[in-house]
Amino acid sequence: MISSERQVPWDKEEIRKALKGHKADYIEIRVEDSKSSHMLYRGREIQEAGGSSSLGGNIRALVKGGWGFMSFNDLTDLRDKVKTAVGQASLISGDKRTLAPVQAFEEEVYPAIKKDPFSISLSQKKKLFDEYNGIIYSVPGIQTSVLMYNESRKNVLFASSEGSLISQQRLDMAFRLSAIARDGSEVQQDSLSMGSNNDFSLFEGLHSKVEETVKRALSLLSAPQAKGGEYTVVLDPSLAGVFAHEAFGHLSEADHIYENPRLREIMVLGKTFGGKHLNILDGAAVPGLRGSYKYDDEGVPSSKTHLIKDGVLVGRLHSRETAGKLGEKPTGNARALDYRFPPIVRMTNTFIDRGTTPLKDMLADIKDGIYARDWYGGTTSMEMFTFSAAHAYRIKNGKLEELLRPVVLTGNVFDTLKNIDAIGDDLVMGQKGGGCGKGGQMPLPVSEGSPHIRIQKCLISGK
Amino acid sequence: MKYILKKALEKAQEAEIFWSKFQELPVVFEANQLKSITAREGARFGLRVVRDGKTGISTCTSRRHLGSALNTALELAGFGPASRFVFPGKLDHPRVRVYDSQVAQIETKEMVEMGQAIIDKMVKYDSEVLWDLRLNKATMSINLQNSRGAGASYRKSIFSVSLDGSLIRGTDMLFVGDALTSCHPVRDTRLIVDSTVKQLEWARDQARTPTKEMPVIFTPSGMASTFFMPLASAFNGRLVLQGASPLGGRLGEKAFDSKISLHDDATISYGPSSKPVDDEGIPVQMNTLIEKGIVSTFLYDLQTAGMAGARSTGNAHRANGGMPSPGVNALVFSTGEASLEDMIADIREGVLVEQLMGAEQGNVLSGEFGGNILLGYKIEQGKIKGRIKDAMLSGNIYNMLKNVSAVGKEGRWVGGALWTPPFYFPKVSVASKEK
Repeated sequence: MISSERQVPWDKEEIRKALKGHKADYIEIRVEDSKSSHMLYRGREIQEAGGSSSLGGNIRALVKGGWGFMSFNDLTDLRDKVKTAVGQASLISGDKRTLAPVQAFEEEVYPAIKKDPFSISLSQKKKLFDEYNGIIYSVPGIQTSVLMYNESRKNVLFASSEGSLISQQRLDMAFRLSAIARDGSEVQQDSLSMGSNNDFSLFEGLHSKVEETVKRALSLLSAPQAKGGEYTVVLDPSLAGVFAHEAFGHLSEADHIYENPRLREIMVLGKTFGGKHLNILDGAAVPGLRGSYKYDDEGVPSSKTHLIKDGVLVGRLHSRETAGKLGEKPTGNARALDYRFPPIVRMTNTFIDRGTTPLKDMLADIKDGIYARDWYGGTTSMEMFTFSAAHAYRIKNGKLEELLRPVVLTGNVFDTLKNIDAIGDDLVMGQKGGGCGKGGQMPLPVSEGSPHIRIQKCLISGK
Repeated sequence: MKYILKKALEKAQEAEIFWSKFQELPVVFEANQLKSITAREGARFGLRVVRDGKTGISTCTSRRHLGSALNTALELAGFGPASRFVFPGKLDHPRVRVYDSQVAQIETKEMVEMGQAIIDKMVKYDSEVLWDLRLNKATMSINLQNSRGAGASYRKSIFSVSLDGSLIRGTDMLFVGDALTSCHPVRDTRLIVDSTVKQLEWARDQARTPTKEMPVIFTPSGMASTFFMPLASAFNGRLVLQGASPLGGRLGEKAFDSKISLHDDATISYGPSSKPVDDEGIPVQMNTLIEKGIVSTFLYDLQTAGMAGARSTGNAHRANGGMPSPGVNALVFSTGEASLEDMIADIREGVLVEQLMGAEQGNVLSGEFGGNILLGYKIEQGKIKGRIKDAMLSGNIYNMLKNVSAVGKEGRWVGGALWTPPFYFPKVSVASKEK
């Protein structure tokens, strides 16, 4: 679809020059060149084969604590655009916001690609997806389906008035398939979602997984719905990963708390949030995952941050501004969806670390509980979270029983973290498509992971 | 643009070019303080070609890249879907006003002052709450031309104000707020200030609710967080065609309470989602979706209409200039006869829902939902008793909409694409956390 290339349509020296001689405390320019293509099937037929290219940039200026930001597609007259952003920043008379100091870097970064999607022809890809789509309709009873594949490659140049000049190439691929079963007015579905930033082979050989997904959509039609109320709930690694991301990860983003004294009290470092077995981490420096990178969008090197260690809050995720304001170290978590947005504090690869309880033991002493698997999505208000399992099983006297329809789990983050009473020995890092949304920037590639976990007294929606 | 169309026709039988430009200026206050001023401008070009009966599409951000975008579209057409329509020729467009030149004329300084005035008012009302505020002015131009001679061109202006407050005590968090969007400058912000103040008053005390079925009222914003997505999906002609809509095959059938009428309407002058034509150049119209409980129409773009043997209803939407697909322009519920006060007074024990979190992340197609009551109040003996926390609401929107106790007599816009009064349902399942 797109040939691999390392040429970029801009002149580094010109960008460097545009940064000089302005009355600002800090200025950065980011320019971005990207190409993407996608295929979308709805039902038996392909519905879209599309391509897109975009070239754009932005300027962010800091003057006495106020931010001015400008984004554009037209890369000419950069100097004038810098002036505009500096002018906007000057209208804001805020308190003095200091950026945490970081080293300036000059580097070109290219991804370590295992199987390059751009080396595979469009017709080969179409043949593969035709096969998957064929499997869906080889199972009788399926009403319709959606299959989506998207790939993109972008070159991003970051230049700052402090002397950084970093260009990074990023690759991203996402695949999603949903099978929809219908019986009269009853509609049920199940999905398969995969994502990668370096390896197309992840999307190959999914035939048996596709079949499994399709069959589950059908069996959900006759599955009962759970009765609403409090249960002992076991989450599979996929759903527990979403829990780590939604329930705790967003609360660890320092931009929520750095100007909110009361939230800062809740999130004071050293406070106990869970049992000694609870460890939650985030980091783009964990290689090969969808949320991995070398430098964030403020030119700060990525890291791996312990958020909770042995049940105690020990860290949080920072941009240079939040780190500076709170007197902590930057973690390399400032990310922008694309050139249209300023970087904000985001998660990367978030996971609950391995524990010691085998799944079998976790289930053994549950009299009446729910085993919730896979996910549709999740959201948080910081105190409260909800997340949706794609399907579930009833647990009766330590054994898995009948399949249940999708359940929505909800709760108070602080209570729920303390109610995690078992963490599995089977950590799995997710490789899903989709992404995270915050401040209108969506979908940002991230990954989540966890072992199985068990939560006492979790509220579930139902009849 | 004419040149590119001509060039496309050397290899393709039909071609269309769509281009849009926008400028916007958001002014953002965070934690009671002015935080950032942003200027955003951008362009997007979309090329669609039909070559040997198949459709290819490609987009780019610069006029200079149109040549390579055309090559991509022509190549991709080899793998694309069979085209099931012909582009329209010249058409008359209805006169729908969506541009107010005053929006572009508002200066950044004035927006900062407007914002500061709202923040000052809110801080004066409650200094314990931290306030975030976002004011945005935007203007855009949308253009389209196809090889059969149809063309469209219009400008649109948008001004929006959104206010969010958060109150934290211990680990207890309360979130309140409201937003307004219009094609005119929003200078009168009393509506969002008043409704936010009311939320704070109603949420002052906390109340508990048992786990059981009880009467529930959804405010307009409660309606948006629960009903919008499932209804927008159910009337989407493509999902109907695929057999994934629970309303498919039920045209003319009474699927809803006869108190319910629902339209899709982009023809309202200066409505936040209004426009004269859709993204394929088809004039918009008022589509009746539900007439007194009866399913009346589904929504189509050209391709989906071609596949379904229907006509485009003027509902083509294209994201970033890409492939059009059918979607809601603006859902507008007809009003009923009850005031919100009447509804509350009618309930011995029930719930008033302002914001349901997570209701739209479940199985949207089936209409089943379950969400955390992020902002909602307990009603006891006809009065608001206080805020409910740690509780879930669940149900199936199709079952609920079959039996409505009352529809409110006053409605409003929530977001840009829904205009609704409050709705009162006799029995909804509430699950509450036991302490």
